[in-house]
Amino acid sequence: MLLNQFLLLSAFLFGTGIYGVITRKHTVLVLASVELMLVAVNINMVAFGATLNNAVGQVFALFVLTIAAAEVGVGLAIVLLIYRNLRSANPDDASVLKG
Amino acid sequence: MVAQNVAFWIFAAFMAAGAIRVVTTDNIVHAALWLVLVLAGGAAQFILLGQEFVAWVQVIVYIGAVIVLFLFGIMLTRAPMEAEEKLNNNLRWPGLAAALLFAGTLAWAFLDQWGSDKIKLTKPVRTKEIGDLVFRGYLVPFEVVGVLLLAALIGAVVMARKD
Amino acid sequence: MLMNHFWFLDHAWLIPLIPAISYAVILLFGKRYGERAAWIGLASIGSAWVLALGTVVQWISHVNDSEGAEARGVVQSIGGMVRNIRLAAESKLHVEPIIHSTTWFQNNGFKLNVGIQIDGLAVMMLFVVTTISLLVHFYSTEYLKGDRRFNHYYAALSLFSASMLFLVVASSTLQLLAGWELVGLCSFMLIGHWWEEKPNSNAALKAFLTTRTGDIGLLTGVIMTFFVVQKYATMAGGKGTGSFDIMKVNEAAIGLGEHGGSKSLLFWCAAALLLAIMGKSGQFPLHTWLPDAMAGPTPVSALIHAATMVVAGVYLGARVYPIFYQGFHIAGGTINPMAAIGGATVIIGAGLAFVQNDIKKVLAYSTISQLGYMVMALGVGAWTAAIFHLFTHAFFKANLFLGAGSVSHSGANHSFDMKHDMGGLRKYMPKTFITFMIGTAALIGIPFTAGFFSKDEILAVAGENNFTFFKYLGLVGAVMTACYMTRCVYLTFFGEYRGGHADAHGAGHDVGHDVGHDTHAYVSDDHATPIHDDHAAHAAHDLHDAHDDHGHHGPHESNFPILAPLFFLSFMSIASGYLLSPMLKIEKFALWVEPHFGDDKHFNVFEPGVFKAIDPILAVAAGVVGMLLAYAFYWKKAYGENITERNGALRAGKNFLVNKYYLDVLYTDIIVGGVKGPIAQAAYWVNQNVIDNVLRYTGKGAAGAAQFVYKYIDQKGVDGVYNGSASGAGALGGLARKLQTGRVQLYAFTVLFGLGAIALLLVIFN
Repeated sequence: MLLNQFLLLSAFLFGTGIYGVITRKHTVLVLASVELMLVAVNINMVAFGATLNNAVGQVFALFVLTIAAAEVGVGLAIVLLIYRNLRSANPDDASVLKG
Repeated sequence: MVAQNVAFWIFAAFMAAGAIRVVTTDNIVHAALWLVLVLAGGAAQFILLGQEFVAWVQVIVYIGAVIVLFLFGIMLTRAPMEAEEKLNNNLRWPGLAAALLFAGTLAWAFLDQWGSDKIKLTKPVRTKEIGDLVFRGYLVPFEVVGVLLLAALIGAVVMARKD
Repeated sequence: MLMNHFWFLDHAWLIPLIPAISYAVILLFGKRYGERAAWIGLASIGSAWVLALGTVVQWISHVNDSEGAEARGVVQSIGGMVRNIRLAAESKLHVEPIIHSTTWFQNNGFKLNVGIQIDGLAVMMLFVVTTISLLVHFYSTEYLKGDRRFNHYYAALSLFSASMLFLVVASSTLQLLAGWELVGLCSFMLIGHWWEEKPNSNAALKAFLTTRTGDIGLLTGVIMTFFVVQKYATMAGGKGTGSFDIMKVNEAAIGLGEHGGSKSLLFWCAAALLLAIMGKSGQFPLHTWLPDAMAGPTPVSALIHAATMVVAGVYLGARVYPIFYQGFHIAGGTINPMAAIGGATVIIGAGLAFVQNDIKKVLAYSTISQLGYMVMALGVGAWTAAIFHLFTHAFFKANLFLGAGSVSHSGANHSFDMKHDMGGLRKYMPKTFITFMIGTAALIGIPFTAGFFSKDEILAVAGENNFTFFKYLGLVGAVMTACYMTRCVYLTFFGEYRGGHADAHGAGHDVGHDVGHDTHAYVSDDHATPIHDDHAAHAAHDLHDAHDDHGHHGPHESNFPILAPLFFLSFMSIASGYLLSPMLKIEKFALWVEPHFGDDKHFNVFEPGVFKAIDPILAVAAGVVGMLLAYAFYWKKAYGENITERNGALRAGKNFLVNKYYLDVLYTDIIVGGVKGPIAQAAYWVNQNVIDNVLRYTGKGAAGAAQFVYKYIDQKGVDGVYNGSASGAGALGGLARKLQTGRVQLYAFTVLFGLGAIALLLVIFN
């Protein structure tokens, strides 16, 4: 197996994630797209770890997983707050910062 | 080796299709379920790489917990369960441009740097090694992450509760 | 040995640290202690004061020891450490500063050091800042009693002191910059302490933004100091590494000046730093924020005006003085930007003080004028005199401000309006009256008060250095100072008491308030009458309740926490003058504070002036003339009542002053003009209004011309130019505004696309 197989897969997932973050009209889906990006990062970590034949890649992936979990928790709390205040989960409706 | 390569491309195809559906489908619940496919594919790739511990953590934490959280989020925001009007805004082309730019740059850099590096798997990484690493070399980051999780927990509770 | 002869000097970093900790403690735990939180601040600044006192004692003994060593020609070894004592060319003693620094980071041979630099100047400032701050802390326990954000106030006060002290001990110009910005932030917090009233928060914003204008100069100047050092190092044939260390900057500036290298770099560096001083120290034309800063609580005004905010500018000027000295070629004895701006500020500030009805504004403009003296002194090569004036001014101006606070605090309705709510207070508050008189005497320069010695010193050295023009400018300023302070004292303490009792006063007080007093008119619901007071809407309810206990609302003497600082400051207003006086052959101050700027054999800025009998006589004469003028004009009304209203020329002059030379109008219109029409329209408008009028008015004789200049050039022509440039800026702003769509995902796109582009560039070029 080439290392690049995994890296290119992760690059593709990352790009998809970026597309989702920019275009999705529901905040939960924006979060889901962020998860896509995090998975891409994890694949990179693990692939490098496997190339170097040690467990460090896995350990880093575990940390990323932990932080992703925390991020989803806080993120969904924020989504709930936005929904409660604006009666909408569309990020376009949260435009109070408009200049 | 050939079997592994074949398996990789099958999983990769599923993951790519799933990822595209996550960001394009108009049914919000379906999007979450497509995400499950991507995550499961990721876990499968980890096993292919002989890194089974993180693969199972991925299954338990992501597919088990995070997706459930997502579904809760979808329901609590009273999103319609079936397909509705478009779930994508008018930023499709800018989004595509940014995505292509990013993915392209990454791909270029990867190909440039690790053109034909091969992964030679000698033996699967044992969980004991991970335990040793986490509790010896990375003890402080581990503790910090613990505190971070606690902070996130409290923060989420404080933000989401109704006063 | 734990406490050697340098313990306090070596550990001077503790002095800013303690108030900084107190800031955090009060902010985090202050609520729990209620008003007792004040004691945390008081204790912290008290211990800082003790440490500062320690540095003073040790520094003085260090200098005296060095002097002895110089006489014996030996280098002393004290406390196990050899201290460098340099004997410069003409065996002039220079005590090297005590520097402790550590490398923050380094990059390619360049080291960024942070640390402390303790010399006479820093020690003097440490003493002044901690002393004034301690007194203000103590004073505020009474003055702000019952304030709703009492803890916040003390936290900000602690941070204010900490940042100023940090600025004082800084050993590199970058640290100076950091301290400088912190001081600006804290003054913003404190000026806007009662931010619920729009005028107060506006004043805070104005102070912040105006000083930011000057800060552009500081940032540029600090960057340029780095290149000054680099240039000098290259000239000496070294590797040419720049540095931000103040010592190196000064050495390089002197070296570059002496060897004729790169005059323009030094000049622009000095010009940029001068802009910083103009912003911070309220020099013309960036002085407009200072009077508005009166919106803050009075003790804060005292702190800002005496010890912290505004003297930061003068301190900067003194700290990197060689840059100015060489950049502006001060030794040449011709007019230079620094002296010119200082001199202009002396006159302009004093002029404005005449027409204020608000006692605090009189003092604010007087501060501007006195700061003008200091900057002018720096500009004419009178370094020691400038610092000495800073030293004495800190005490008497704090005295005056706290006195004004006492007057207002104990008065009927917490007003600062001299015309409507004061008068005759001499009888009601004799102790405040005495201290205020002493402060006034020092400000005017009555013989044998502190101000007399310091102002005299500036004028004497200005004369010696062939800056005759500025010497007489200073004398004119002295006449004006005497005049407006006499007016102020007369309106406040003499005559009949004009402010009614709080329950009786009402109708008539809400009308006829002059310009400049537009910030104080709120409705207090428990009195149901308009009251004119800075803290009326906040602390007033509690304060009024407290005053109800006295059974009356009339003016009365303040109590101990307010009077004690006043007495101490009055004492200092006289005593601090006796540290430097060529007349009395005292030169201690010059010896103690003079810094070491490197090989400065061509620097004669630290020499005290040579005593000539004519100087004090002229100064005293100026004071007497000023007081007599004021006495005749305001007191005895020699020209009858309201002469300004009857005489057209005088009225025009007064209006000009009341409107603060129309500077505020100018500045406000820049902003307002920003949303007006495009440049072409503005240019057309200038064309119509100015050029046509030039043709029309040239034939109309001197009177018409004067009026024209005033009315059209100043008000419309200059405005038009500003409007034009402002609308240009406005158009740019409009473009930038379009980017702020409020669409989060568009922002995400911008960020991600930009990031991707940068990454692509990195990949391509790697």
